Amino acid sequence: MQPEPQGIEMAVLVSVGRHPLTERARRADQDARGLELALDLASRVAGSRLRLVHAGPRSDESERALRDYLGMAGDSGSGLDSLTLLEQPSGADAITALVEHLAAAAPQLVITGTRAERGEGSGLLPYALAERLGWPLINGLAAVERIEDGVATLLQALPRGQRRRLQVRLPVIVSVDAAAPAARQSAYGPARRAALASEPAPAALDRELAEWQLAPARKRPKRLKIVKAASARDRFKAAAAKAEGGSGQVIEGVDAEQGAEAILKLLRDEGVLSR
Amino acid sequence: MSEIPRRDPRREWVARNRLHPEHSSVLAALGGGLSGTSEWLGPHGVTRKNPHALGFIGPSGLKRIDRSGAQQGGQALAQARQAAQASRRAVTIAAPDFLVAVVPELTGGRLSSHDRDLLGLARRLADADPERSGAVVAVLFGEHREAALGDAGIDRVLPFTDAAYAGFAPEARLAALAAVERELAPRHWLLPDSPLGGADLGRRLAMRLGERPATGVWQIESDAAAPLGWRCTARGAAESLDIQRPLPRIALALAECAEPVGATRHAAEPVSLSASVPSALSRIEDLGQVAVDPAGVALAEAEFILSGGNGVRDWQAFHHAAQVLGATEGASRVAVDDGFMARDRQVGATGTWVTARVYLAVGISGAIQHLQGIQSCDKVVAVNLDPGCDMIKRADLAVIGDAGEILAALVAKVEQQRGEQRDAA
Repeated sequence: MQPEPQGIEMAVLVSVGRHPLTERARRADQDARGLELALDLASRVAGSRLRLVHAGPRSDESERALRDYLGMAGDSGSGLDSLTLLEQPSGADAITALVEHLAAAAPQLVITGTRAERGEGSGLLPYALAERLGWPLINGLAAVERIEDGVATLLQALPRGQRRRLQVRLPVIVSVDAAAPAARQSAYGPARRAALASEPAPAALDRELAEWQLAPARKRPKRLKIVKAASARDRFKAAAAKAEGGSGQVIEGVDAEQGAEAILKLLRDEGVLSR
Repeated sequence: MSEIPRRDPRREWVARNRLHPEHSSVLAALGGGLSGTSEWLGPHGVTRKNPHALGFIGPSGLKRIDRSGAQQGGQALAQARQAAQASRRAVTIAAPDFLVAVVPELTGGRLSSHDRDLLGLARRLADADPERSGAVVAVLFGEHREAALGDAGIDRVLPFTDAAYAGFAPEARLAALAAVERELAPRHWLLPDSPLGGADLGRRLAMRLGERPATGVWQIESDAAAPLGWRCTARGAAESLDIQRPLPRIALALAECAEPVGATRHAAEPVSLSASVPSALSRIEDLGQVAVDPAGVALAEAEFILSGGNGVRDWQAFHHAAQVLGATEGASRVAVDDGFMARDRQVGATGTWVTARVYLAVGISGAIQHLQGIQSCDKVVAVNLDPGCDMIKRADLAVIGDAGEILAALVAKVEQQRGEQRDAA
C-alpha cells in the first residue's frame, strides 16, 4: 500500500463495558474492536492522528475500564497517550456532548461500537450522531481496505461470513460489531501512565429513561409447538410424532454420473455454487 | 302408498351376513351412501349400526377403529392439513381506521420466520380493538418470491422494486420510508431487529422521524395509560436488562415476539404512493459482494458445508472437491478422531452446531450427536453406501453409492460447466 501524504483524523468513541459474568466494569468488547481497527489503520497510514473520546461520569471504576483502552496503544507508535473525557452527571444522555465535541474537532473517521453494554443499550448513538452531524453512517464494519483522496473503501460484514465492499466519501461514522478483528491485549504500564483529560461538556439528563422500569433480564419463555387439531387423534399424532423424516428423495441403483447430476441440480437450485 | 315402509328380507339377510359376497354393496345401498356402510336407517326408522364394518386393517394386520371420522391413516391426515389450509378465514379490511406499517427484511425474496413473527405482532396491534380495526401495510424492497403474502397477515402491499433500493442502499430506502410516512402516516412502525434488515434501517428511520424507538422488543401488553395504548418489554444493555416502557411509534422487535398468523387470510392488495419518492443523494456506493475464502468462514456460520466421514477414503480428493464447489469443510467425529481433519472442523453435538443452508454429507452414517449438530440446516444431501442409515432418513436428497466416485463425478461436472462458461465468455 502507498503511504498517504496526509494522514487521517480518527476519533474512536469508547464506553465503559460490563463483564457478562462478574458484572465488573471493563473495556467494552465492540469498542475495543473499533480501537483495534483504528490502531491498525494508524500504523498503515502515516501521519494519522487518533483520539479516544468518552462521555460519561468519572469514577474509579470507569477510570480503570477506560485505561484498558489506553493500554492497547502501548508501544504501537500511534502516540495515543490520552483520552478525552467529556464529563457528564450520571443519568445523562451522552449524545448532546458528543455531537458538540465532534462538530468542533471535525474528525474524518468516527468509529463506535454497535451497542453499549450498560444502560439502554439500544444501539442508537451512531445513528443519532449521523443524523445530527449529517454524515453518512456504515454499520457492521469488518475492515478498512484503503483511504485515498478522501474516499474510503470499506468492507461491511454480512451474515454467514460474507463481506460487501462499500465506498464512501469522508467524513463518515462507522460502527463495528463482533465481525471486526479481535482486540489486542491491554498493557498495564502504558495504561497507568496515560492521561485522562477532562473537558467541560454540556449535559442533558435523560428523563425518559428515568421513567422506565429496568429489571434484570428474565429468561424468555420458550415457544411451544401449538397444535391446531380438530380431533383427539390429530393431537395424539402430533404429540407422538417423531422428528420429520422420510420426506427426502432417495436415489438408489444409479451410476455415479446420475447421482452427481441430481446433487448438482439441488446445489444449483439453492444457489450455493459460485459462478 | 309410498309412506309404507317396504322390506326386502333377502337384502336384510345379506346385510346381516358379513360373509356374503354382496354384503358391502347391500350395506352401502341400505345406508344411503351418506353415512357409510357401518350405519344406516332401518325399516322402522331406527338407526342400525354394523360395528364390523367400522375401521380398517392396520399395517400390523390388526383391525384399527378410528373414531375421529377420518379413515385410512396418512392420506386422510394430509387431506385434513390441506383442508385446514383452505379453511383460513378470509379477512378484508376495506376502510381501516389506522395503519400498522411493517418493513420485513425479506431475505432472498422470502418472508423469514422473524418476518412472520413480526407480522403476527402487527396483527395484534391492528386487531386489538374490534370497534376500530387497523390494516397492516407491508413495505417490500425488491422483488418478493412469496406466493401467499396474505397468509402472513398482510392487508396492503407497498412494493419498491426499483434498482436503486437493491443492495446496501440505506439512504434510498430511508427516503422511500419517509415518503410512506408523509402520505400514509401509520400509527405504528414495526421492523425486525435483525442485523441484515431492520436493525439498521429502523434506527435510521427513527432518527429521521425524530422518534425514540424501542429496540429489542420481545413482548407487548395493552396498557390504557400509555400514549398508544400499549406497553412493551425490551432487551437492553447487552441482553442483560429488561426495560418496560410505553410502546413508541417505532419498534424494532426480536424474533418470536408474537405468534405468526395462522387462522386468517388477508387481502394483500397492492397499493402505491400517489406522489413519487424524491431521489435521495447516495453518499455510499455499493461495490457488491466480495468473494470470501470458504475455508476461512467459521463453521457455525458457513452457508454451504461439505462434510466427510468414515466413508471417505481419498481425503486429497475431498479437499479438492471442497475447493471446487466453494464449500466450507466439515467432518464427522470419526474422521477427526482418525486424524484426517482438524478438531475445529467437527460437526455435531460435541463439535460445532452448524446452520448451513446446504449440508452435503459424504460417507457419514449419521450418529445422533451428528444429527443434532445439523438440526438447523435447511437442505441436507447425503451420499452413502448404506441405504438404511440415519443420515439417509434425515436427508432431503440421498444418493446411494460410493462416496469417492460420486464426489469425483460431481467435481468433473462442475469443472466442465465452468469450462463451458469460460469458453462462451
